[in-house]
Amino acid sequence: MSRQMFYAVAIWLACAVPASATMAYVSNEKSNTVSVIDTDSWTVTRTIKVGQRPRGIEFTHDGKSVLVAVGDDDTIEVIDVAKQEVVDTLPSGPDPELFVQDAAGKLLYVANENDNTVTIIDIARRGRLGEVQVGVEPEGMAISPDGKILINTSETTNMAHFIDTATRQIVANVLVDARPRFAEFKRDNSELWVSAEIGGTVTVIDPVKREATGKISFAIPGLRREAIQPVGIGMTKDGKTAFVALGPANRVAVVDAMTHQVTKYLLVGQRVWHLAFTPDEKYLLTTNGVSNDVSVIDVAALKVIKTIQVGELPWGIAMAPP
Amino acid sequence: MTTDVLTQKTGFTLAQYAICMNGIVWREALRFLHQRERFVSALVRPLVWLFIFAAGFRQVLGISIIPPYETYILYEVYITPGLIAMIQLFNGMQSSLSMVYDRETGNMRTLLVSPLPRWYLLFCKLLAGTAVSVLQVYAFLLVAWFWDIEPPHLGYLTVLPALLLSGLMLGALGMLISSGIQQLENFAGVMNFVIFPMFFASSALYPLWRVQEGSPMLAYLCQLNPFTHAVELIRFALYGRLNGLSLAVVGGCAVVFMVGAAIAYDPSRGIGRRGPAGGET
Repeated sequence: MSRQMFYAVAIWLACAVPASATMAYVSNEKSNTVSVIDTDSWTVTRTIKVGQRPRGIEFTHDGKSVLVAVGDDDTIEVIDVAKQEVVDTLPSGPDPELFVQDAAGKLLYVANENDNTVTIIDIARRGRLGEVQVGVEPEGMAISPDGKILINTSETTNMAHFIDTATRQIVANVLVDARPRFAEFKRDNSELWVSAEIGGTVTVIDPVKREATGKISFAIPGLRREAIQPVGIGMTKDGKTAFVALGPANRVAVVDAMTHQVTKYLLVGQRVWHLAFTPDEKYLLTTNGVSNDVSVIDVAALKVIKTIQVGELPWGIAMAPP
Repeated sequence: MTTDVLTQKTGFTLAQYAICMNGIVWREALRFLHQRERFVSALVRPLVWLFIFAAGFRQVLGISIIPPYETYILYEVYITPGLIAMIQLFNGMQSSLSMVYDRETGNMRTLLVSPLPRWYLLFCKLLAGTAVSVLQVYAFLLVAWFWDIEPPHLGYLTVLPALLLSGLMLGALGMLISSGIQQLENFAGVMNFVIFPMFFASSALYPLWRVQEGSPMLAYLCQLNPFTHAVELIRFALYGRLNGLSLAVVGGCAVVFMVGAAIAYDPSRGIGRRGPAGGET
């Protein structure tokens, strides 16, 4: 083999190795950091210093940035994925907690827990476009698959607010159980699920009729009902299986999303709150706040295969888009 | 060692050794299969622990991850290797009980007057007992699988060498003890003085870090207990991993107990000196 040929093969082999594995970004509410987990080796590869009380976290649609709501700094920070550091901020209202992007990835809707508003931000211009007044302690945010309806849940008002994204007006309110924390649409827009932390339920809402059509309850043998506090919801793309994080119950419930029956409870770390799938949906990662770790669920086998230590009080989790 | 060398040294061929082993193992297996009550009780004992005892402690372990586990586990999952070792412990002692019985009814004496070396006869007996315990363990694991105790598939295979070694160790211990038992009734003492202390002062029911919190002295005793290492060897092997320390302790103890049993069963030093079973002289 000639030398040139050898180098050519070597370069080809080097290129054939994937440049980077899928990375999961975990916001650690107490240590004011974001842990980066390599989903091939299941290890924390980097810890990024961010502002105070990071909670909601999401990738931008182009995969180049990670947005993280730093509540005590009253802003959204922008982490450059290539540089692995905070490079910019977005102007939210006070105490931003969770947010969602529109389908195009241009607008960001932020729930500001302390002033009962949802702020609309133009991501590219880093500018605030407006605000929508919602209920008390807004948190959960979801956008309908067609992008026309924005959902915000308010923890104290116990409502899911339907906001028309064109007019930026609330067009409907659906009462749910106590302390709604999270909202998730099915991809075919057939159902909207809203978790209620204190109520201990997930309310299933018809997004067209805008009324509750069902309720999912949870019961774990040996656990007090008060310990079951549903928060994060993860739904597979085919809309057939859902996972619900049950907070201090230290379990993730597996729910048949067609029949709304709980089929299994998976033991994870303490006070599990938010969930994120790997892009291929082979794994689901959970943030366990009190035990300071992230558990990995094998979605096909419905088994917890690993638990990884991260920073203090892990809260939200974001997965790099495919 | 070639067949010729072996024949020259002992006067027997490998085939004759194999016939002897086959005879002893097969007799033990047949005996086990015919004693359905023994099989059922061997299975019921760990299942009672699993279904009843473990249910009460379900939430005990949800706060730490200890090797070989890579995530949080329920208590049932934790005590499964301990219950497997318990099956082998009881089986080892039961085999020793059967040897006392055999001695009383004369079967053992018939066996020991075989021209084959005594250590070999005892080893075959030990192997037979271990094979029976392995059957019991797999039956238990099958039932446990329906109770959501699902180790990795490969673990069912990798646990086999650990089961053989721990079975040999516990069987050899039973054999050693049985050499000193004069009557069948004395077996109750074995329960009180061997089985219970070995089982409870080990990592079978609670992880050692938990024991350490309660009593450092007890934790130290647990670490000295070979049964703890049998449990840990099985626990790691069930998850496809090797615990070197436990392997060394279990292997070492197996050899020591086997040599001890071979010596104890020597008529010139062991039971023969005390005369026939039942205290008769």
